[in-house]
Formats: sequence, structure tokens, C-alpha cells
Amino acid sequence: MTTSRQSRIAEILTRHEKPILEEWLREQLDALTARQDLISESDLRIQSAEFLGLFTSACRAGSLTDITTVEWKPVQDFLAGVSRSRALQGFSPSETATVVFSLKQPLFARLRKELGADAAALADEMWTATVLLDKLGLYTTEVFQKAREEVIKRQQLEMLELSTPVVKLWDGVLAVPLIGTLDSVRTQVVMDNLLQSIVETGSTIAIVDITGVPTVDTLVAQHLLKTVSAARLMGAQCIISGIRPQIAQTIVQLGVEFGDVVTKASLADALAHAFRLIGCTVTRQAPRA
Amino acid sequence: MGPGRTETFPLRTDEDVLRVRQTVRIWMVEQRTFSLVEQTKMVTATSELGRNVVVHGGGGTARLELLSEGGRLGIRVTFQDQGPGIASIEQASRDGFTTGDGLGLGLGGSKRLVDDFEIASEVGKGTRVTITKWK
Ligand SMILES: Nc1ncnc2c1ncn2[C@@H]1O[C@H](COP(=O)(O)OP(=O)(O)O)[C@@H](O)[C@H]1O
Ligand SMILES: [Mg+2]
Repeated sequence: MTTSRQSRIAEILTRHEKPILEEWLREQLDALTARQDLISESDLRIQSAEFLGLFTSACRAGSLTDITTVEWKPVQDFLAGVSRSRALQGFSPSETATVVFSLKQPLFARLRKELGADAAALADEMWTATVLLDKLGLYTTEVFQKAREEVIKRQQLEMLELSTPVVKLWDGVLAVPLIGTLDSVRTQVVMDNLLQSIVETGSTIAIVDITGVPTVDTLVAQHLLKTVSAARLMGAQCIISGIRPQIAQTIVQLGVEFGDVVTKASLADALAHAFRLIGCTVTRQAPRA
Repeated sequence: MGPGRTETFPLRTDEDVLRVRQTVRIWMVEQRTFSLVEQTKMVTATSELGRNVVVHGGGGTARLELLSEGGRLGIRVTFQDQGPGIASIEQASRDGFTTGDGLGLGLGGSKRLVDDFEIASEVGKGTRVTITKWK
């Protein structure tokens, strides 16, 4: 439905800004009763007043049917900020979109009062306002979604770092307990961390433990071999440990050969081997009484 | 769910390969008859062939099936792509042969890890590999 009539929304918003703001605030607070821990009433008031100001200006200056025009940029930016911070605070997408949708009630009430006598005009204006606020509401959802995805990406990166620690087991002996899937990105992180630790600690032995790697296919094997040769170039010898029986059988059938790299069933076996290599002996003493 | 169950997955990215091989693992665990070694072999073969579809075949699909034949339970995965195809299957299956920068053990290795292995390929048309593990 289109209208040749000049929309009165901007004018009505300007004239009734105060009561619309109050009613809108009440709507939002009602919708957020359980969320008052996340946002205070005074913050919500400041936010809402600012939005209403920007919204009114955009309605006055811009098209009411296209929110991608330059006049709507301030409104979009403001909503983007609100959505992003709500996404990080732990609001739900619908709670976030409610910010915009809850403006319908007070705005429609005013339209009805002002245009009640002219049914056709009222229908037109209500339609325009609905479509407009729906678009803005959906826009908050989009931004919200993107912000969440960014959070997930960042967490994945953090996990990557967290899950590839290099630990010093003994003077000159490092261990990298790998957990999860060893893709190319992970391998690069592991290699960087390991090589750096080798240099920092002057270690001569690095144990790469794959107890926590569920599937060892040829790509993982290739990544392991790459890591081993890089460590070698830095002057450290590698031991691959944590090769469980089912993995051992599988890699043998695959035809993967680790060449002259020492492999051990467990991290304990690898450490014992490392001790032999560095000339360390571990002896058991009779427990003291 | 038991025999008769089928599901088809897209294979375009590394994540898709992970999803397919994880699903194979789950289906085999759910049947309660496949040993850990059998699961590991089938999952690893799935990983190899799934990655071949992504890396060499330009993407495609993996179809998982649970079967029952003559009282035997089986799990079958069919990998299909419309990629460049393989000119010589004999050569491609040879250990160490690769046109990429892999280890060249995927085709030959997968064949050794499963009970049935079938491959059909036509240059310019695509490749289909079917593997089955029986109980
Ligand atoms: N789905 C496929 N489409 C086209 N070529 C393939 C496909 N699968 C395998 N190949 C060819 O066979 C070769 C050997 O495959 P594979 O044994 O898995 O070793 P790799 O993947 O390490 O090269 C590949 O290098 C490739 O040339
Ligand atoms: Mg391969």
C-alpha cells in the first residue's frame, strides 16, 4: 500500500515526544521485568530518549519506507550499538528486538488519537509505521546475530590457544598434550608454541602426546611429521606418545610411517625414554617410616 | 534407529568432513556391536575419502546407510562428487601417489581399513567411492 499523502508520523512524534517516551519506557520495562539485573531504568531511559530523538529526525528527513538511506544511518548505528551490547550482556534476540517493537503501542495510540476520524489515513499511517518498525526490529536481530557469531569466533580462537599448551616436564624435556582435532590451523599454533618454547628453555626433547586426538588420518599424520621436523631443525628430538591400540592398528593399515621418530603408547613411557636419553635415572626408595 | 536408516550430508568444507565422520562414529556406537577398532577404522576411512571429495573433487556429498544383509549388520558410506574424476584409478590407489601435497595414502589406506571398497570414476564427470564395514 502506498500513499500520496504526506505522512504525519514525524510531526506526531515531535509533538508528543514526552508522553510517547514515557509509555514506551513502561512497555519496555514490562517486557524486561526479569532483566532488571542487566540494565537499569535510568540507562534504559537515556537510551530510549536518544533513540526516539534519532528516530524522529530520520522520520522527518528521510523516507519512511527505506531504512538504508543516509538519513537512517544514525538510527541504524545507534541500534547496532544497542544490539551488540545486548548480545554481549546475555539478552535474547527477541528481548533485543522488543526495544523497537515495543514502540508500536505508544505510537499507534497517538496515531489513533490524532487521525481517528480519518479511517483511511489512520490505516495508511499504521501500515507505514508497522513496516518501518518491523524493518528496524529485524535489523537489530541481524546485528545481534553477527555479534554472537563474533563472540563464538573469538572463543574458538581462545580455545585454540588454550588447548595447545606446551609444558615443561623436566629440565630439557617439553610436552605438548594435544586434545581434539589437529587441523592445519591448530598445527600451526602448536608448532609456533613448541618452537618458541624449545628456544626459550633450550630443551632437547619434545614429547607430542596425541592421547586426546580421536582420529589420526593421513592429514593429522602429515601435520605431526611437519611438527617433528620443525622441532628437529631447532635441535630438539621428538617423541610421539599416546598412540592408543586402535589408533596404532589404523595408522599401520593406512600405511603411515613415522620413520625414525620414536613412538610410545603412553606419556609415561615417553618420559621414561626421555630420561634415558638425557641420562637421568629414576629410582624407587623404600618409603620412609 | 537400525537398518534402513540413511542420511546424506554435504561435503564442501573441513567442518563438513568432521560432521560426517562424527556421525559415522555415533551411528556405529549406537549399534553397540562395532568394536572400538572397527569404529576407528571406518571413521578414519571416512575422513580420508571425505577430504578427497573436498580437496580433489571440488565438493560433493556423503550418504550414510545402515544395512542388514543375511543377518549381518553393516554401515556404508557413499562419497560422490562431480569433480575432475580420476584418469587412472590403479595409479591413484598406489601408496604415495598424490597430485596434491598429501601423503598419497588416502585411497589405498581406506581400502585396507574397510571390508568392501568400490570406486567408479570418469574424467570430467566425477567420482563415486563406496565403503562398507560389516559386523
Ligand atoms: N574425489 C576425487 N576426485 C578427483 N581425484 C581424486 C579424488 N580422490 C582422489 N583423487 C586423486 O587420487 C590421488 C590420491 O588420493 P589419496 O590416496 O587420497 O592421496 P592424497 O589425497 O594425499 O593425494 C589424489 O592426489 C588425486 O589426484
Ligand atoms: Mg586423500
